[in-house]
Amino acid sequence: MGASVLAIDDPVLHEFAELVGAEGAVSVAGGRTRWEAGGTLSPEAQVVEAPTGIVSYRPEEMTMQVRAGTTVAELDAALAEKGQRSALADRGGTVGGAVAVGESSVDQLGRGAVRDSVLQVRYVSAEGKLVTGGGPVVKNVSGFNLPKLLTGSLGTLGLLAEIIIRTNPMPPASVWLRCEGLSPARARDAVLTPSAVLWDGGATWVHLEGHAVDVRAEQKQLMTLGSCQEVGGPPPIPAHRWTLSPAQAAAFSASEPFLASIGVGRVWASAPQPALPVDPVAELIGQRTKQLFDPASRLNPGRTP
Amino acid sequence: MDALLADLRSALSDDRVRYDAAQRSLIAHDASVFDGGVSGPVCYPVDTSEVQAIMRIALTHGRAVVPRGAGTGLAGGAIPLGAPVVIAMTKMNAILDVDLDNRVAWVEPGVINLDLSRHLRPMGFHFAPDPSSQQVCTIGGNVANNSGGPHCLAYGVTDAHVVSLEIVLPSGEVGTLGTLGPDDHGLDLRGAFVGSEGTLGIATKVAVRLTKNPPAVRTLLLSFASVRDAANTVSDVIANGIVPAAMEVMDQKITIAVENFVGAGYPLDAAAVLLAEVEGLEGGADIDAERISDLGRANGATNVRQAESDEERALLWKGRKTAFGAIAQIKPDYYLHDTVVPRSALADVLETIYDIAKRHDLIVMNVFHAGDGNLHPLLLFDARIEGELERVHAAGADILRACLAVGGVLSGEHGIGVEKQGYMEELFSADDLDHQNRLRKAFDPACRANPGKVLPMGHSCADIQALRAVPTGVWG
Ligand SMILES: Cc1cc2nc3c(=O)[nH]c(=O)nc-3n(C[C@H](O)[C@H](O)[C@H](O)COP(=O)(O)OP(=O)(O)OC[C@H]3O[C@@H](n4cnc5c(N)ncnc54)[C@H](O)[C@@H]3O)c2cc1C
Repeated sequence: MGASVLAIDDPVLHEFAELVGAEGAVSVAGGRTRWEAGGTLSPEAQVVEAPTGIVSYRPEEMTMQVRAGTTVAELDAALAEKGQRSALADRGGTVGGAVAVGESSVDQLGRGAVRDSVLQVRYVSAEGKLVTGGGPVVKNVSGFNLPKLLTGSLGTLGLLAEIIIRTNPMPPASVWLRCEGLSPARARDAVLTPSAVLWDGGATWVHLEGHAVDVRAEQKQLMTLGSCQEVGGPPPIPAHRWTLSPAQAAAFSASEPFLASIGVGRVWASAPQPALPVDPVAELIGQRTKQLFDPASRLNPGRTP
Repeated sequence: MDALLADLRSALSDDRVRYDAAQRSLIAHDASVFDGGVSGPVCYPVDTSEVQAIMRIALTHGRAVVPRGAGTGLAGGAIPLGAPVVIAMTKMNAILDVDLDNRVAWVEPGVINLDLSRHLRPMGFHFAPDPSSQQVCTIGGNVANNSGGPHCLAYGVTDAHVVSLEIVLPSGEVGTLGTLGPDDHGLDLRGAFVGSEGTLGIATKVAVRLTKNPPAVRTLLLSFASVRDAANTVSDVIANGIVPAAMEVMDQKITIAVENFVGAGYPLDAAAVLLAEVEGLEGGADIDAERISDLGRANGATNVRQAESDEERALLWKGRKTAFGAIAQIKPDYYLHDTVVPRSALADVLETIYDIAKRHDLIVMNVFHAGDGNLHPLLLFDARIEGELERVHAAGADILRACLAVGGVLSGEHGIGVEKQGYMEELFSADDLDHQNRLRKAFDPACRANPGKVLPMGHSCADIQALRAVPTGVWG
């Protein structure tokens, strides 16, 4: 029997693994746009950078293989050339950072969640070894789902080196509407698959994407329900992410500005969310996972996903 | 043994802990061809606390546990190895709550997939994953195998539709993984659990996402003079930025079998048919249907037909979904494979598969989720004929390797189970598998849940030698 077909031959990844090594506290810096996510990095950690560059882009397969240090902007530019996009939001950071944080875009309903778009991960383990999880195709249940575990893990289980993500066709038409006199729940019910429905406690924003004829039809429909105007995009997004259920998000209220993503359960608020209740069993599994993947706690010390 | 049974019976009831020969021999199998299962006591819990009690009793008696749904799995995932306690979830089959505000339904794992969608339909929603076995398979089995179905092309497989899970760990602790909100804080343990084939614990409640029923559906049946033309049409559709709700291909042999079986109106003279469905709003659905028809014609489609009525559409789908049942006319047994290749490799790989079958002197039929490159070669055989099953296994191995060679993977929806453990090292390196094993151990440090599955021998929880060593005489 020969080597596994997912064996890694990219020398750039092996160099990255050597850089990370097998000892000492270490972290990867992406665009530092979410640098404080999950806590402050211990000062003794050595900070390295992930390798960059698009490895292979197969638009006809809707897959993109990209090294983790590549910026989301570069990814988007390559995708746009072929009329595609991904679930990752460009917040000025890197692909690896976006996957490690796992935060989906404002258009999550249309573009999909980050965690659903990561097909394969390659990362450097705490032992300094390169590990592959998942696979290069769009549908795969071969073994345990390491891509899910690594997405959103803030680099605490392995340092991402390369990612294969699913891409999607860019919808032919796109319209942002700002509506008054239209409740977000009503807006959501009135359209089939909005890319986003946002609510700031007063106005409702709806992002319609798809075939031009469908977008026009739904736009017309919304205009009969409230007073809607075409706008350039979503309103400014407050700094703090809250995680609620969709029903709680739709009923959110605050004296400071906020924006609720209807149907998702995300609220961006002006103040940080009070600590979320933690399921003790999930916490136990999480601690055991960390212990098994990084017994010496050398990967991103100080951070907790 | 008596002590184990007594403990289980006092925790449940006499009639819900079975140990008769008929029950044990039934439970020793699933829908796969694999023998070698040996069942211990079979328990039918009705709630989470009973599952918890079973787990604890099994632990005390040093027994492993194997969760089981409807037993339709094709990779041997539910087959009990080494006389474990089997936890059959079929009596936990209540739809607990349909929460339209959150667009989720909380269900027990024994709910049948199709029952859930039937329940939701009048409310304007459905559960998107629709495996061909949906009339019998359970939501718990769907979760454990991360099952797909024809309509998962646009909507995604089970893990995109499961937002939260109540689980019982092999140690007996009960917890909840995932929340109804966006899961970008904390590790995605929910995502790790989905697709874990019963090796991380037992799901006792599942919150599934509700998908709105689309107002417009267009179903197309395209006929081709070659399988290659059909496969090329599929990759052209995707390459042109269209993601239909479903794109299924059937070759001529299976089409004829299906047509004889249900009379769905499929053409008997086409080398392959492509069943494509687009959904959404009226205008866009028409545009996509038109473009798919054009791409089909450009690839030499000999006929393009659009279903004129809901009845016609239902009949076309009935044909596709009963394809496996139709085989019995030809040979008594079949082995249904499941691999994924890049879509652009479909045409070449199919050719290779026909060659492989010929080489092993077997009949192969292809009916598959073409849109995501998920192949389902069906190898027909007669188990009574000596040597046929061996040839089937040999052909299967060649098919798997041919798929890996073009950048494919081992399974798209049936899982690894006991079927493909032996091939895991051809896909993954030792370090990759070691990390998968770590994930498993984080949930189940003592390897109590469904041991001997997924990971190849040599990885701690895969080693069932110890369990196999239990003398069967001890069990009855
Ligand atoms: C004719 C036919 C057609 C099929 N078509 C498809 C298809 O289109 N797509 C597809 O994906 N599959 C298909 N399958 C395979 C199979 O139906 C699916 O894998 C299904 O999801 C299994 O569900 P089940 O209830 O039968 O599970 P079982 O076979 O009983 O169990 C499957 C696995 O799930 C585990 N499990 C069951 N319940 C739980 C629980 N509550 N918690 C934890 N683990 C659990 C078991 O231990 C086992 O590992 C088909 C099978 C047949 C026979």
